[in-house]
Amino acid sequence: MSTDLTRRTAAETAAAIAGREVSAVEVAQAHLDRIAAVDDRLHAFLHVDSEGALAQAARVDAGEVAGPLAGVPLALKDVLCTEGVPTTVGSKMLEGWRPPYDATVTARLKAAGVVILGKTNMDEFAMGSSTEHSAYGPTHNPWDLTRIPGGSGGGSAAAVAAYEAPLAVGTDTGGSIRQPAAVTGTIGVKPTYGGVSRYGLVAFSSSLDQAGPCARTVLDAALLHAVIAGHDPADSTSIDAPVPPVVEAARQGASGEGLAGLRVGVVRELSGEGYATGVQERFDEAVELLRGLGAEVREVSCPHFGYALAAYYLIAPSEASSNLARFDGVRYGLRVGDDGSRSLEEVTALTRGRGFGAEVKRRIVLGTYALSSGYYDAYYGQAQKVRTLITRDFTSAFEQVDVLVSPAAPTVAFPLGDKLADPLAMYRQDLATIPSNLYGGPAMSLPCGLSDGLPVGLQIMAPTMRDELLYRVGAAFEAARPAPVPPLSWES
Amino acid sequence: MPEPAGITTDQVAHLARLSRLALADDELEALAAQLGVILGAVAQIGEVTDAADVPPTTHAVPVENVVRPDVVRPSLPPAAVLAGAPEAEDGRFRVPQILEDEDVEDSA
Amino acid sequence: MTYETDLQEFEPVLGLETHVELGTASKMFCSCATAFGAEPNTQTCPVCLGLPGALPVVNAQAIESTVRIGLALHCTIASWCRFARKNYFYPDMPKNFQTSQYDEPLCSDGYLDVEVPVEGGAPETVRIPIERVHLEEDTGKSLHVGGATGRIHGASHSLVDYNRAGIPLVEIVTRPVTGTGTRPAEVAKAYVTALRDLLRGLDVSDVRMEQGSMRCDVNVSLNRPGEPWGTRSETKNVNSLRSVERAVRSEVERQAGRLRAGERIVQETRHFSEATGSSSPGRSKEEATDYRYFPEPDLVPVAPDPAWVARLRDALPEPPAERRRRLVDQLGLPELDAQAMVNAGVLDLVLATVEAGAPAGEARNWWLQTLAQAANTAGVEPAELPITPAQVARLAALVAEGTLTAGLARQVAEGVLAGEGEPDEVVAGRGLAVVSDEGALGEAVDAAIAAQPGVADKVRGGKVQAVGALVGAVMKATRGQADASVVRRLLLERLGVEG
Repeated sequence: MSTDLTRRTAAETAAAIAGREVSAVEVAQAHLDRIAAVDDRLHAFLHVDSEGALAQAARVDAGEVAGPLAGVPLALKDVLCTEGVPTTVGSKMLEGWRPPYDATVTARLKAAGVVILGKTNMDEFAMGSSTEHSAYGPTHNPWDLTRIPGGSGGGSAAAVAAYEAPLAVGTDTGGSIRQPAAVTGTIGVKPTYGGVSRYGLVAFSSSLDQAGPCARTVLDAALLHAVIAGHDPADSTSIDAPVPPVVEAARQGASGEGLAGLRVGVVRELSGEGYATGVQERFDEAVELLRGLGAEVREVSCPHFGYALAAYYLIAPSEASSNLARFDGVRYGLRVGDDGSRSLEEVTALTRGRGFGAEVKRRIVLGTYALSSGYYDAYYGQAQKVRTLITRDFTSAFEQVDVLVSPAAPTVAFPLGDKLADPLAMYRQDLATIPSNLYGGPAMSLPCGLSDGLPVGLQIMAPTMRDELLYRVGAAFEAARPAPVPPLSWES
Repeated sequence: MPEPAGITTDQVAHLARLSRLALADDELEALAAQLGVILGAVAQIGEVTDAADVPPTTHAVPVENVVRPDVVRPSLPPAAVLAGAPEAEDGRFRVPQILEDEDVEDSA
Repeated sequence: MTYETDLQEFEPVLGLETHVELGTASKMFCSCATAFGAEPNTQTCPVCLGLPGALPVVNAQAIESTVRIGLALHCTIASWCRFARKNYFYPDMPKNFQTSQYDEPLCSDGYLDVEVPVEGGAPETVRIPIERVHLEEDTGKSLHVGGATGRIHGASHSLVDYNRAGIPLVEIVTRPVTGTGTRPAEVAKAYVTALRDLLRGLDVSDVRMEQGSMRCDVNVSLNRPGEPWGTRSETKNVNSLRSVERAVRSEVERQAGRLRAGERIVQETRHFSEATGSSSPGRSKEEATDYRYFPEPDLVPVAPDPAWVARLRDALPEPPAERRRRLVDQLGLPELDAQAMVNAGVLDLVLATVEAGAPAGEARNWWLQTLAQAANTAGVEPAELPITPAQVARLAALVAEGTLTAGLARQVAEGVLAGEGEPDEVVAGRGLAVVSDEGALGEAVDAAIAAQPGVADKVRGGKVQAVGALVGAVMKATRGQADASVVRRLLLERLGVEG
């Protein structure tokens, strides 16, 4: 275990605090100092809440709140509401907005004694794959500051990768936890849809959004998953069933018993064209490693996965165009142009024109189109049918295998600015991650090596409600191939 | 069936009005071009012929009848409600002159 | 040209949409209170304010009430249905979409048999077809400031209160109603009245049109016989039974006038004004609004259990029309009498007064006479008067027990209508109880005798009837509160005569 408090895992930190070897306040301070030292170059954080963090840490030290993660610092993606603390969703539309309530995820973290250090940067309204669409400037990848950290949750992933926090919570609609995890060499999990409450999660695409854990180890991710997941009566779409035994599975996977008896399916459609050579090579090696651990590996075809991107980029913008209608300058957020000479309609249009960035506007217009009379059946309606076919691909695949695997992202981290001129190229970052969102099944990205010195992610996908399978397989893989450590040469 | 791909600036302008987005002319043009490209890609969804007899997905996880009892719980204090308001007056949210009178009712 | 002649020339087609605020304790999708009249924005939360991140959860009671309404209207209850988003921008709608139902309503394909009064004849039964009954959420309320009339046109700004936003709203939509011949206005009014009575009987809403818990939109089109249906207009803001009738009349007259002049009817939304009794055009829309409906992803489907629906059906209260018939039979009210009460719109009130303990004849007289007059003067329906059947029954009882004379009872009724309280409170407050206490009357009796010695002598002389003048004098002196028979007896005693 490292003497540097910021290099420890969440599990190690929790144990040290519980064993009174170190105080929660010390741990919190160490991380706040780390943020102060490096975040000027990373820009992972939009808001650091030192006061709140230290107060929570003090509560843990006073024994007022306890739990498996008590005293462990965490970075929270700025899409989740935190009462009294700015929540911008990466947009000018909500600059300075302080929610009058906590998201359920936030409340559960606080009740568990987790120390929320602050809110992390993200693509505006969770729309993007590089965090370059943040209205507050991009986050930089700790592996190479000239490169993107992935998106939309680049801030959370970068914070974890750069030891600003051992844990983070992100949200994943089309890959926004997993793809950043892949390109930053960290672990990111999208739970089964409905596994984690969406109450207080500023909605992008309601039928796809899901909050999940980001960490540096599989066990850490499992511990966090167990804290935030579970039924919430305030979210009608949340699953009323026990949280899958993720922590137990992580421990089991790491126990060395191997993966004998596990059937692994390599998805034919999620490889080959569109996937960088280095990524494909690391993935193929990862598959071999799984075989070496005793898993039975075969190729599986999911014939409709090729349409997943199209279905997603019809369903998600459609739901988003409706979800974002509430931002009209009336009740909260930005208001522009109200000089007494304009109507409300004009003020709303100006506010939205100024408050939303280009990518958000693109998706609102696209979504409005896909839902409009005369186009609904061909676009939104058709996409929801294709979604059913994709779901059927998953269910029949899971009749043959226990988990599916693929690369988590088609490329390694690309340079900032590289794909801004070509929205479609950016959208293709989500090729491998989107199918799970459409199906609702859980999926994990974990590090499986480097290509040209940059991290590559292995994606594991499991059937709905079987999140524990990710952790068993992930932990076993991790034990056999520990994650590469970032050089962080820019620090000195 | 709508025409495949391609979207005109007029169509974009109409959609922008529907979604209350004030866009400059150059924004409109750029958007129309980008959307044309994107639509070209997503329009391939129409190629999936075996979707014809398939029901659209309602929910990822099949849940029904989620309801809550008809019980009153405390509301937000009005100060918290109005705290984020761009403009408030007399405990209400103040907005400039409304032009459209869709579904409007007379005052109080 | 008038309504009557218009309908000789044209055939009307009607459509009625009624929105009913359910009387649930909490809102449709959140637990905020629904009480009327609270301070602005004191009954709101992240959900009904549409704050970022907020999510809806369905109110179980609202589902039950809607199913019961559908059953009472003989609808088919959906075995599976969803909510949908109706997307448009308006400041009183916090999410800028309304969570409603679109192509999957909870109830559909029903009817309501309505008795339409016929002057001087038996009421006519008309079957109004119901297309759907669905559930949605109400909007907030805007105050338009700066204009002359408080209307939106000419206002400089508006102030929005979201207390009402999210209250459960049931929408009841008829199919086009044809065959109303020369009486579309009467049919429309009778339908809305019957619907209101049905809803009240189900105890799902207080259905106070004047408070906005029941609102009507009236659709009217005209066509010449044999021709296809005309373009319809929609008139909103129809807030009383009287207005329903007037709205239909004024639209028939307006459209007939235009059609005769060879002009087209524009499909539009019009606003009704109580003051003028007619409607004015709203802003004409360039294009029909595209609401871009799609199934609400934040809610899961509603699948009412058939066994539960059957239990609700079995437990429905007696429909008002049947109840009426039964009570009329039980009370033995002659057919014509019942009709007179139907025509005056007071039959239910009379029956309720009887159920509250008053004799049938008394109840009938109160409502057909004194109270019908009061309603007329105030320009409201008798049911809208601020006096209840229970209170009328109490008045009848007070007269029967001798505490009040008929005349005094009318004064007490005035007091109740003026808001002075319950009948007993008004009696006490105004000091109107009949005085029969002999001691109290003694002075007045003596004074009357002293003031009219000639009359007194006549009575002593044997002309007993002459005592009437003295009784009158005592009644006047006691402002009508003396018990006349006691006064007469006392006078005769004092004068030494047998009565």
